[in-house]
Amino acid sequence: MNRSFIARNPSVLWFLAFLGIFTLAVTLMAEATGTGFISTSFVKTLGKTLCLCLVAIAMDVVWGYCGILSLGHFAFFGIGGYAIGMWLMYARTETIVTDSMAAQVVPPSPQEVSDAIASQIFGVVGASEFPPIWAFAHSLPLQLLMVVLVPGLLALVFGWLAFRSRVTGVYLSILTQAMTLALSLYLFQNDSGLRGNNGLSGLQNIPGFESTPQSMVSMVFFWASALALALGYILFAWVVSGKMGSVIRAIRDDETRVRFLGYHVESYKLFVFTLTAVIAGIAGALYYPQAGIINPAEIAPIASIYLAVWVAIGGRGRLYGAVMGTVFVTLASSWFTGGGAPDINLGFYTIQWTDWWLVLLGLSFVAVTLFAPQGLGGLVDKIARKS
Amino acid sequence: MLRALLAVLLIAWLPAPGFSQDLQSLLQEHQEEVAKPSRRTVTPVLEALSASGLPEVPRFLERWQGKAVYVREADGLFFYIEETGDTLTLLDLTSGDAVATGVASDALDQIKPNGGVRRAIAETLVQFQLSDPDITKRQDAVDAIARGLDPSQIPPLAASIDGEPDAALKTRKERLLNYLVARFGDTSEARIEAIEALSSDLSVDARAVLSQILATRTEIAEDLPEDANIARVLVPGTDLPEAEAYAMIGEQTDLPALVDASSIRTTLERHVEDGKVGGIPVGQLGTSDRRLRAYDTLAEAGTLPPRATPEIIAETLAAWTIYEAYDEPDSAITDAAERTQDAVQTRVGMSQAGDLALDAISLASIYFLAAIGLAITFGVMGVINMAHGEFIMMGAYTGYVVQLFIPDYTLSLIVALPLAFAVTFGAGVAMERLVIRWLYNRPLETLLATFGVSIALQQLAKNIFGTQARPLTSPDWLDGAWQINDVIAISYIRIAIFVLALLFLALLLFILKRTRLGLEVRAVTQNPRMAASMGINPDRIKMMTFGLGSGIAGIAGVAIGLYAKVTSEMGADYIVQSFMTVVVGGVGNVWGTLAGAFMIGTLQKGIEWFNPSNTLAAQTYMILFIILFIQFRPKGIVALKGRAAGD
Repeated sequence: MNRSFIARNPSVLWFLAFLGIFTLAVTLMAEATGTGFISTSFVKTLGKTLCLCLVAIAMDVVWGYCGILSLGHFAFFGIGGYAIGMWLMYARTETIVTDSMAAQVVPPSPQEVSDAIASQIFGVVGASEFPPIWAFAHSLPLQLLMVVLVPGLLALVFGWLAFRSRVTGVYLSILTQAMTLALSLYLFQNDSGLRGNNGLSGLQNIPGFESTPQSMVSMVFFWASALALALGYILFAWVVSGKMGSVIRAIRDDETRVRFLGYHVESYKLFVFTLTAVIAGIAGALYYPQAGIINPAEIAPIASIYLAVWVAIGGRGRLYGAVMGTVFVTLASSWFTGGGAPDINLGFYTIQWTDWWLVLLGLSFVAVTLFAPQGLGGLVDKIARKS
Repeated sequence: MLRALLAVLLIAWLPAPGFSQDLQSLLQEHQEEVAKPSRRTVTPVLEALSASGLPEVPRFLERWQGKAVYVREADGLFFYIEETGDTLTLLDLTSGDAVATGVASDALDQIKPNGGVRRAIAETLVQFQLSDPDITKRQDAVDAIARGLDPSQIPPLAASIDGEPDAALKTRKERLLNYLVARFGDTSEARIEAIEALSSDLSVDARAVLSQILATRTEIAEDLPEDANIARVLVPGTDLPEAEAYAMIGEQTDLPALVDASSIRTTLERHVEDGKVGGIPVGQLGTSDRRLRAYDTLAEAGTLPPRATPEIIAETLAAWTIYEAYDEPDSAITDAAERTQDAVQTRVGMSQAGDLALDAISLASIYFLAAIGLAITFGVMGVINMAHGEFIMMGAYTGYVVQLFIPDYTLSLIVALPLAFAVTFGAGVAMERLVIRWLYNRPLETLLATFGVSIALQQLAKNIFGTQARPLTSPDWLDGAWQINDVIAISYIRIAIFVLALLFLALLLFILKRTRLGLEVRAVTQNPRMAASMGINPDRIKMMTFGLGSGIAGIAGVAIGLYAKVTSEMGADYIVQSFMTVVVGGVGNVWGTLAGAFMIGTLQKGIEWFNPSNTLAAQTYMILFIILFIQFRPKGIVALKGRAAGD
C-alpha cells in the first residue's frame, strides 16, 4: 500500500528530499547550529514561510482539489495562533507575576496570583478579569487541543450549514469571506476577551525556556515547521490520491454528477473543509510564536484572499504548486517591499518598488489567471513531462 | 422687644417702591455696601435697587459689575468717569452730564466688586434684561436663567412674558417659566400642573427638570420613617453589593470592621512575629481560609479589632433598611413627576425609534447605491466583481479632483456626478474587455482576477493621492440637519443620498423595463443562449451592463464621499456589505437589492440600538445573522424562478 502510494505520487519523495536538504542547509548555516551565515531573523522568516506553505497546501486541497474557494482559511490559521498565543502569554505573565510576588511577606493566594495575571494581560483594554474563553489558558495540553478543536469545530459547523443548504461557487466564497470578516471584527473589540486590536504579544518568549537564546528557539521552531510541512504534505498527498481523491476532484469538476452517482457530496466536502481548517490552525500555532505577535488585522479577509493568490500563482491542483507559489510570492514581496529591488528611473518618474509592488502583484495576478491558469506548477509539470 | 421695634423703624425708614428718589441718594443710603461690596452684604442693596423702579438702575448695575463706577474719596458720592488727558471728568449717574472736570485720578477710588458680587449683580440684572428692547440681550437673559434655575427668577420672568414681542422667545420664556414653576412653585397644585405640562416636552432641559424633582438620596434606618417620601427600598445583594450596604450602616453605628481580601493581607503583614501570624507560619498564608483564621486568632488575643463575620453581616443587613428617599417631601408631586417622566420616556423612546428608522433608511440607501451595480453585473454575467469597491473609490476621487478645479461646491457636484459615472463606466468597460470576457466560464477565477485588479487600483490610488484622507466638501445647502423634534434629526446629506438612491431606483427600473437595452439585459439574465439565438448580441449586452454597474458605483462613490472621507481603502469598507446586500436580496433583481439593502441597513441599525457603543459588534452579529439567513433562503429574498435560476 505504502509503496504504491509513493509510486503513484513521485512528487512526495521529491518534495520530502528537497525539504530535507533545505532544512539541513539552513541548519548548517544558522547561528545556533552552524556557521552563522544567515541571521536569526532570517531563520524566523524561513520558518514562518514554511508555516505559510503548510496553510497554502491546505488551501490547495480545499480549493484546487475540491473546488471550494474558501476565503476563510487564514481565519482558521489565526485562530490556531490565538489559541497557542493565549497559553504563551498566560504562562509567561504567570512567571513574571509569581517572581514579582515572591518578595511579599505573606505568600499570595491563588486568587491573588490569577487577579494579578489578569490585570497584567488585560490592563491595556481596561479589564482586570479573565474572560471565560481563557479558562484553559493555564494548561499547554488543553490549549494545544484548542489549536485543533476550535478551527475544526468552527469549520464543521460553518461547513455543515453551508453545504447542506447547497451554497456553492461564488456564493460560498462570499459567505466564507463574511465569516472571516465577522471574526476579525469581533476580535477587534476590546471586550472580545482577546485584547482587542492590541492582540497577543511577546509570543516569541517561550515559557520555561527563558535562558535559551532566540537563535536556538528559532531553529527549533524552524525544524518543527519543516516537520509539520512534511507531515502535512504526506497527509494531503494521501488524501488526494486514491479513491477519495478521485471523488474529491470529481466534486470539483461536476458536483451534481457525483451526487447522482450516489456519493454523499456534502460529507466529502465537509471532511475536506474541516481537515484543512485543522491543518491551517496547526500552521498558525507554529507561525505566531515565530512572528511574536498576533492581532485581528492578521485575519482580516484580505489575508485569506492573499492565500488564494499564492495558490493560484503556484498552480492549483498540485500540492508542490501551492508551496512554490507561497515561497515565490512571500519572498518576492519581502524583496520588493524591503527595498531589495532597485528603483526604476523613467526620467519623468521614478518607480519605487515599495509603492508599486502591490500594483505589480495585482496585475501579475490578473495575468497569471488569464494566461497561465496552471501557475508556476504548470512549468514544473512541463519539465517533468519532457524528461 | 427693642430689636423688633428697631426693625419696624428701619422698614418704615426705607423708601417705598415707586417713591420718587434719585439713584445717587438711594446709593448713599447704602454707601458702605456699594463702595466695598461683599457677597454677604450686597443682597439688600440689590433688592433696594430693583425695588426702586428707577430707569437708570440697569445701566448702573452693568457698570458696577464692569468696575466702571468710582467713588469720590472726599464725600463718598458715586460717579461714572471719562478720561480727558491726565485728568478725569466726573459724570452724573442719572443724567450722564459732566459734574466736574479736571479731577485728579487719585481723588477717586475705583469700585472693584469680586466675582461673587458680580454674579449677584448679574442675577439682578437679568430681570431688567428680560424686558430689554434689544432681543439679543433678552435672549442672553433667558439663557442665563436656563443655565441655573433659581426660584427668585419666577416673578421677573413671569412679568416679562406678556410684553414679549418675539413669538419664539415668548414660547421659550413660557417653557422656562414652566420649568421654574415645576421645580419651585408655591403651591403643590401649581407645581403638579406645571409638571404635567412637561409631558409633551422632549427637550433635555425638561427631562433634567424632571430628574431634579425626582432626585433621591440613599439613607438607612432601622425602621422606615413615616414622614419620608420614599422612592424605593434597596435590597442588599441585588440592588447594591452587600459589602457596600454594610459599610453604609457602619457609618451610622459601631460595627465590627469589614475585612476584605486586600486589607487582610496588609493587616497580617504588620503582625508577623517570628515568621508566624497568630500562630500560623507565614508560608502557609496562601489561602483566604488560613488568613481569616490567623486574623481571628489575633482578634481573640485583642491585637486586632474583631472582624465582621458573614453571620454578623447578615444580621446587620436584616436589622436595617436601606432606602432611597426623594429630596422632595410631597409625594403628590413626586408621583406626578414619575408619571410625567414615564410619559416623556415613552415619547422619547418612540422618537428614538423614529430616529433609528430614519438612520436605517439612509444607511439602506447607501448600501443600495453601493450594491445595485454589483447586483446587475452579478445577475447578468454571474460574475462577482471584487473591484467594485475600487470603482466606488474611483468615483469619490473623481469628485475630489473636480473640486480641485471647480471651487464652487454646488457646480462641482453637478459636474462630478456625471463625470464619476463616465470615468467608472469607462473603467468598467475596459475591465470587461480586457479581463472578464476571457473568464466567462470560470466564475471563481473572475473573482480572483478582479481581486487582482482591486489590489492594483487600491495601491495606485495610494500612490497618486497619498494615504491621508481627502475631503469631498458638500455644498452649503447640504450642511446641517432637519430637526423634527428634540430627538429626531437627520442631516441633509443623508436626505440627499436617499433622494439619489430613489432617483437611481427609478432610472434603473426605467432602463430595465422600458428600453431596448433593458429588454435585452433581462433576456440575457434569464437565458443567455436563447437570447443569443434571438439575435441579441450577448457580448455587447454584457459590456454595457458591466459599464452601467460600474458607473453607478462611481456615483455611489461621490455620494459616500460627501459624508465620509475619501481614502484609497473606502471601497474595501463597503464591498463586503455590498456582497451581503446582493446575496441577501437575491441576484439580478433591482427589487431584491432594494429589499436586501433595506434589511441589512435596518438590521445593522437595530443591533446598534441594543448596543450603541459598539458598532463592531453590530457588524459581527449582522454577518452571523446573514450567514444563518442564507440557510433558509439560499437564493436571497427575491429569488429568480424557473429555468432562469440556473444551476
